[in-house]
Parts: sequence; C-alpha cells; structure tokens
Amino acid sequence: MTQLDHNEVTAPRITAALFATCLADTMFPDVAKATVTVLERLGVRVEFPQAQTCCGQMHINSGYQRDALALIEHFVETFEQYEHIVLPSASCAGSIRHQHGMVARRLGKPALAARADAIARRTREFSEFLTDVLKVTDVDAYFPHRVTYHPTCHSLRMLHVGDKPLRLLRAVRGIELIELPAADQCCGFGGTFAVKNADTSTAMLADKMANVLGTKAEICSAADASCLMHIGGGLSRLTSGVRTMHLAEILASTESGETHGVSVRPSRQTSNPGSGNDV
Amino acid sequence: MSDRTNLPVYAPLGVGRLQGDRTFPAAAKIALADGQLRSNLRSATATIRAKRANVVGEVADWEELRRAGEAIKASTMASLDTLLIELERNVVANGGAVHWARDAAEANRIVTGLVQATGAKQVVKVKSMVTQEIGLNEALAAAGIEAFETDLAELIIQLGHDEPSHILVPAIHRNRAQIREIFLQEMPGVDRSISDEPAVLAGEARRYLRKKFLETKVAISGANFAVADTGTLTVVESEGNGRMCLTLPDTLITVMGIEKLVPTWTDLEVFFQLLPRSSTGERMNPYTSTWTGVTPGDGPQSFHLVLLDNGRTATLADEVGRQALHCIRCSACLNVCPVYERTGGHAYGSTYPGPIGAILSPQLTGLTGDGVNDSLPYASTLCGACFDVCPVRIDIPSILVDLRARHVEAAKAASRIPSGERLAMAGVGWAMAGEKRWQLAQRGAGVLRHSTRRTTIRRLPWPLSRWTASRDLAKPPVQTFRQWWATEHEDPS
Amino acid sequence: MTISARDEVLARIRSAIVTAVSPDVPRDYRAGAAADVELLVDRLVDYRAIVHRCAPAGIAGAIIEAADAAGIDRLFAPPGLDPAWQPSDRHVSIDDGTLTATDLDGNDVGVITTCSVAICETGTIVLDGGPGQGRRLLTLVPDHHICIVLPEQVVGAVPDAFRRLDPRRPLTWISGPSATSDIELKRVEGVHGPRHLVVIIVEHVPGSNSAP
Repeated sequence: MTQLDHNEVTAPRITAALFATCLADTMFPDVAKATVTVLERLGVRVEFPQAQTCCGQMHINSGYQRDALALIEHFVETFEQYEHIVLPSASCAGSIRHQHGMVARRLGKPALAARADAIARRTREFSEFLTDVLKVTDVDAYFPHRVTYHPTCHSLRMLHVGDKPLRLLRAVRGIELIELPAADQCCGFGGTFAVKNADTSTAMLADKMANVLGTKAEICSAADASCLMHIGGGLSRLTSGVRTMHLAEILASTESGETHGVSVRPSRQTSNPGSGNDV
Repeated sequence: MSDRTNLPVYAPLGVGRLQGDRTFPAAAKIALADGQLRSNLRSATATIRAKRANVVGEVADWEELRRAGEAIKASTMASLDTLLIELERNVVANGGAVHWARDAAEANRIVTGLVQATGAKQVVKVKSMVTQEIGLNEALAAAGIEAFETDLAELIIQLGHDEPSHILVPAIHRNRAQIREIFLQEMPGVDRSISDEPAVLAGEARRYLRKKFLETKVAISGANFAVADTGTLTVVESEGNGRMCLTLPDTLITVMGIEKLVPTWTDLEVFFQLLPRSSTGERMNPYTSTWTGVTPGDGPQSFHLVLLDNGRTATLADEVGRQALHCIRCSACLNVCPVYERTGGHAYGSTYPGPIGAILSPQLTGLTGDGVNDSLPYASTLCGACFDVCPVRIDIPSILVDLRARHVEAAKAASRIPSGERLAMAGVGWAMAGEKRWQLAQRGAGVLRHSTRRTTIRRLPWPLSRWTASRDLAKPPVQTFRQWWATEHEDPS
Repeated sequence: MTISARDEVLARIRSAIVTAVSPDVPRDYRAGAAADVELLVDRLVDYRAIVHRCAPAGIAGAIIEAADAAGIDRLFAPPGLDPAWQPSDRHVSIDDGTLTATDLDGNDVGVITTCSVAICETGTIVLDGGPGQGRRLLTLVPDHHICIVLPEQVVGAVPDAFRRLDPRRPLTWISGPSATSDIELKRVEGVHGPRHLVVIIVEHVPGSNSAP
C-alpha cells in the first residue's frame, strides 16, 4: 500500500519504514537515532515497525538457513506493507536484496521468495535512499572534523553504492575528508568469520587499522555498524584515540549539535559507533 | 547399478592432494606466524592485482566477454556427456587414444601403465594442477618412474620437497635467497658459484632442464582447454617448457578434468582473451600451444588423453555449486582475496587454494560434517572481491554461503547431539522470530553492561574470547533504540 | 557385470545434469578489429621483442642485420620459406625433416620463419606449421627466432585470428620471447624457448618494385 501523502501545495511527503537492524537497535542505538534525525530533517515521515527483529544475515552466512527462514518470514510480514524501507546497514541491505529470496527458494518456499523479492526492490541502504529516492547529497550537516571513510565490502560489491556515501560526506560543512588507502579491502569482520577465523580476521584488521591511522583522521566512518564495531574494537584495544562513527551520525550533526540525543563531539576516548550516550 | 550412479561419487581421500591434515583456521595460524611468507604474499598479490587491473581496463568489451565465457561454460556443463563423446571421437579420428578414469587412483594406474608400455623410466612434466590433485608423481615414483617438473616454479617446489602455494606462481612463498639455497642443495650438477639474481637462477634451471628435454621420451601434461568439435587440446604457458614437453618427446600423455571442455573452436576466442589478462596480467601469455591428435612428422607420434572425474560429477550434480566447474584456473580470485593474501595457499591444504579452492575442494571430496575440508567454506568474509574479478563470473560468495548451509545440514544429519553453535544459532533464531521474545533477549544482552566498569568490554568467555583476544567490544547501551523510540515517537495513549 | 569407466562416468554425468539448463551464449563482444601495424609494433616492443620494419626487398638485409647483432653463426629455415628473403651471403640450412633437437641446440643458432597470423592488439604471432613455418621443434630449440610478418598476415584482434586459423594444424601462439616471473615476480626473459625474438615487419608497398 502506498503511504504517500499527496498534497496540492507542498511536495508529497515520503513515508519510510526504518529497519534499525538488530545490531544498531541493541548495541548502537545512536546509529538508528541519527538515521531518524537525517530523514526527518529531510521531511521524511519515519515509521518504526515495532515487530521488527533481524534480517537473518548472520544465520544465512553461518549456514543456518533453516533458522533464518523464520526470520525472513518475520521480516517479510513486518515490512511488506511499506512502500519504502530504509536501513543504516549495507550488509543487511545486501542480505535482504540478494539472500532472502535465494534462501526461501532453496528451502522450497517459492511464494515467500516472491514476496521477499518484491520487498527487496523497495529496500534501500541509508546512503542510497538519500541519493536515489530523496535525490539529495547536501543534507545540511556540519561536522568540523578530520574523517576517513571505509566503504565496506557489501556497500561496494553487493549494493554497488559507488561514491554515494562520499558525495554525501563531501557536502558536509567543515569536514576534512581524507582518502583511506586500500579502502576497498575488507576489514576482516565477516560476521562469525571474526571468531571462527580469529587469527586471519585480526591480521586483516591490523592492516585496515594501519591504513586508518596513517590518515591521521579523528574519525573512521562507514555505512555499517558491524564493520565499525570491528574496526572500532581494534582501535579501542590500541587506545589509538581514533573513534568510529556511522555515516548517519556524521550527517545528523549540525552547528547547533541538536540531534536525537547524539553527542557529535568526538571524544578522545575511543569507542565504538554511537557511544555518545554511553559517556 | 542405476541406484549407484544416481548417488554423487566423491574423490577418494588418501590419494592425491585435495585435503590437508588440519582445518583452515589451524593451518592459517601457522602461516600467519611466517613473516617472510606474509611479506612475499603481500607484494606478489599487490603486483599481480595492479597488472591485471591495468590490462583488463584496456578491454572495452570485458563484461561482454565475461558473460560469454560464463554462458559457454554453463552450456558446456548442460551437455557434458555428448560433448565428451564428440571430443573423444575427434581425438581418436586424429590419431590419439582416449582413456576414462573414475577417480585419482584409476587415472594414476592408466598413466603409469602407459609410461611402462614405452619402457621409459623418466618423464618430463608440464605444470598441471590435475596431476597434483591425483598425486601422479608419487604414483609414478612407486612404479620406479621418475617425474621431472619443468616449470621453473614447479621445479623449485619439487627440488625443495615442498607444496605449491599459488595456482599461477606456485613458489610465491620462496624468495631468491631461499631458491638459490634449494638449487645448491638439490640440483644435480649445479654451478656452485651462482648468485641469487632471478636471471641467473632461471639460466641455471634452463641448463639443467634442457638436458632432460633432449633425452626424455615421454611427457605428461594437463590441458587448459579441450575443444569438442575439433578434438583440439590447449596448453597456455610462459616459459616454453610446455612447448618442449609437447614437441620433443615421442609420447605425450595429457590428463584432463572432464570439465575443461568448450564446445567449439571459436569458443576459445573468448577464453584466449579472458585467461591471460586475468591470470598473469598480460595481454597474451608468451606461449600457447594447440594440437589435435597426432601430426605426422611433427611432435609426439603417440598421444593419449586421460579424462578424469574424481568428484567432478558430484560437483556437477549440485545446482548451485556446479558453477565451480566453470573455473579456468586463472588465479585472479587468489590475488584479490584478503584471506589468501594473509594466509597463502598452504593453509587451504589442497591443490586448489584461495576462494576457488574453498568452493572446489570440499565439493570434490564431499562435505561430511566433520572433515578438514568442511572448514574451507568458512575461510572467507564474503567480501565479494573474487566474484568481481572472476573472468567467467563464478558467484563464489553465493556458493560459499550455500556450502555452509550444506555443511550445517550434513553435520545435523551426522550427529543428533547438537553443537554449541547449533544450539546458540537455534536459540537466537527462535528469540528473533518473535518481537516479545526478542525484547527479552535484548534486556538479557544489556546485563553485559554490568560486567565491567570500563567503557568497553575487554574480555569475554570462549568462544567470544576469540573476539576479545584482539578487539574490544562496545558495551550495550542504557537504552535500546526501540525503547528510545517508544519514549520519543510513540503516542503515549 | 563390470561397467567400464567410460560408461560409468557418462552415466554419472547424465544423472548430474538432469537439472542443468543450457543458456544462450551472448556474442555481443567485439568480433574483431582493424589491423593496426603501429599497435602491433608497440605490443611487440612491450614484450621486448626486437622489431625491424622494411620493404619486401629489404628482408634479406634485415635478417643479416639481426643475425650479426645477435651473434648468430648457424641459420636454419623450414622448407617453403621464400628463397628471395634468404641472405645470399649466408648459409641457411633448410630442414629436411631429419634435423634433431640436438642439431638445433646452441646459443649461436637462429631460425628464420614467417607466420600464419600476427595479432596487433596482443602482439601475438601464430605459427601453424605450414610452408615457411615448419615443424614445431624448429622454432623452439634455437636460441634466436627471426620471424617475418607480411602485411596480409596482420589482423586486429584475437577473434580475427580464430577465423583464419585451422585447428587441425598444430598451432604455436608466440607473444614475445620465453619468459618467467616465478622468482619474486621478477620478469626474466628466456627460459626454455628462444630467448631472443626478432620480428621483421614487412611494409605494404603499393606496386611491387619500390625497393628502398
């Protein structure tokens, strides 16, 4: 069903359902809050379907497709009624777009697969939603800090977002954006890979952190809280002073600093994305 | 009999080299501790990546070629039986002989018998992955036949009693000083004054091998491609050792996996463009030889083609995984893989390393639920770099995900006692499938806040200790997003 | 009854491909390209081949120049090589089919051939064993290969070459001299094949008697 609010005078107002993702909801609420802040600033009516839980990516990528099937079904039922679904995670968006239908088909649920495919076409990662649906790159943000951006594997190679996040960041007032060397290389997270292949994961992370530290950035940003949890966890262990912030958190920042309770001032204290209200 | 042929038949273990002796994480741990290996790998993979990107970038129709390559291979698989029969007919019509082998042991028996029939005690070999896969050199040695590897890297590996670690540059883990040392220790008649200059080392190998080429009567090769409609075989190489083996001996024995086929001669025009650029990063490799049966008065007058299954039909039976048989062994996926770049090829335990090995080896040997190769599909972050460079568009990440599911299902079938992981996944999955249950679980996670007074969690019990060994974990927040939303956005009424 | 390996493997294949579908092959890649001799020269030089360019009447002179520069003492050629190209003041032994690899082995040995096709985009020369090209060992064992490329042999791209070549003949595709990068990825020219490749590109001359 369409929730577009047609109005003769003003532009039609878009309603979007926010899929916060289980990780941001539980561990990094500031990422989801910042997503709401930006969307509302741009005039989007944000809905948060209360029934939402998880897209099932971790189960799918760990081989537990039968357990994931219930999550896919739950996701489809929760979000099927919405015209636009937006989420602050490239890898969850990738799972919804490329895996939900595939898993349902593999487990003999063609009807569910067809419904999942239809939702997949209406699901967009945060930066895609801003640039492709809302057609904006300047979201009126202010962030006077030195930032480097890790483009994340699933942003680049599953969603093909290209330079959309960077276009959004370049439009932020006051920002000093430093190019990250070997940006397209994986940080070594990979979900359960980080635990099952901890040594290899750590070796990959070490190289990613060396590249981040080489930029002398205050902030390492990305479009995925999970990659940032990994990079931030490593930077924190090094007590490097570099902190991680989700793309949405930077775009939510303004001169007045008024966002939904997010502290936009980078602290010396290293922490993971969205640690603002943790301090 | 028909019942038997409907079950997938995997490659037998205990012969050849398709599975290592330890799991990937255990083998990777050893490799990661080798600083020399890591620095060799880093510079080598970076160099080849850059070369490849450069020469691929100059081909305007690269994507069209990739799609054509993908479709040619898929259509080959769909009529593999009739195409193999066509290949056989054309090879025989041109003076060659064709042999079929169900598995590694049978292929070894066939080749050994063919060599023995010539009376030769020595053979020269062209670099061939399939003969490593089946352990041919060991089988020949057991029959008293000495096999000489003639590719420079393979020679280094053979003299060093070592295993290859890369498809294209098998001795990538050795530096020049190590190679000089191997030559001094192991190469008969070596000039003891040689330096470690690559040109000097290559010259010494030329001198040593030229004698072998001139005196050896039997050669053994693999094949990069076989053409069904003409019976033509192809070897793609750089050094000329392939040409030597394919030209000078009286007898040529070619061992080939049944999947290395293309339907028509003109189909090769696609792969001759895709392979060199993807592989060595060259517009064209220095030498490619094609031959059809026997040419009177030119080259070997006796030609045998051995067609090998060894788990390939089992792979072919899987609708998702059969794409792995499209591989043309270019090794581009190795060079872009962040896991391979850190661990090197030995960690994969098989002739086929890297991303392609992670999907091919466990399909050839089968997933048992507790085998060493069961760990290979997990040796990836699913970063997707392998798919982007694959010249025939093998969707390696999707196959990895599918193999993980097949592994979990195999483990479940094999054991009624669930693993801790299986219980945890089922538990989390159950909690997440209902919002009320999920909110309770979120509150449970919040308890972690009180586990430490620090701002981050630095230590967790096993298995999460494998995370906290090198990384902190953020503490759960005071309030979940959904709790915040309820206070900020929901109408209190 | 024992089933043969052939029948068993074919039976396994047939049961495996029951669910396989054969897609249409998209052939929208380039079917060829215009010949571009400058590009061919660029590619050959990039492979570190030595390139000479001359009119038809200059071929013999170019061979002498190349042989002298490389220190070639013994020259061989296959049957069918145009006698007019062979330098009159040098002895060129024509292969009568009895030459052995040992006869051709040596750092002072060179072979003169022409080719079947030369591909500009990749700098590749293809020999098919025909007249003037000879048996495969002839262009393999000597340390020097001098290859004469005529204007009508030059094609633009790889697919052009496939349309001209006969797969029933033994083909050798040569792109520069023998090379290896097996030691630390350092390119070393010359491992087993000829370490020196000289390509004489014969310019197309309108009319026939405009020798330099």
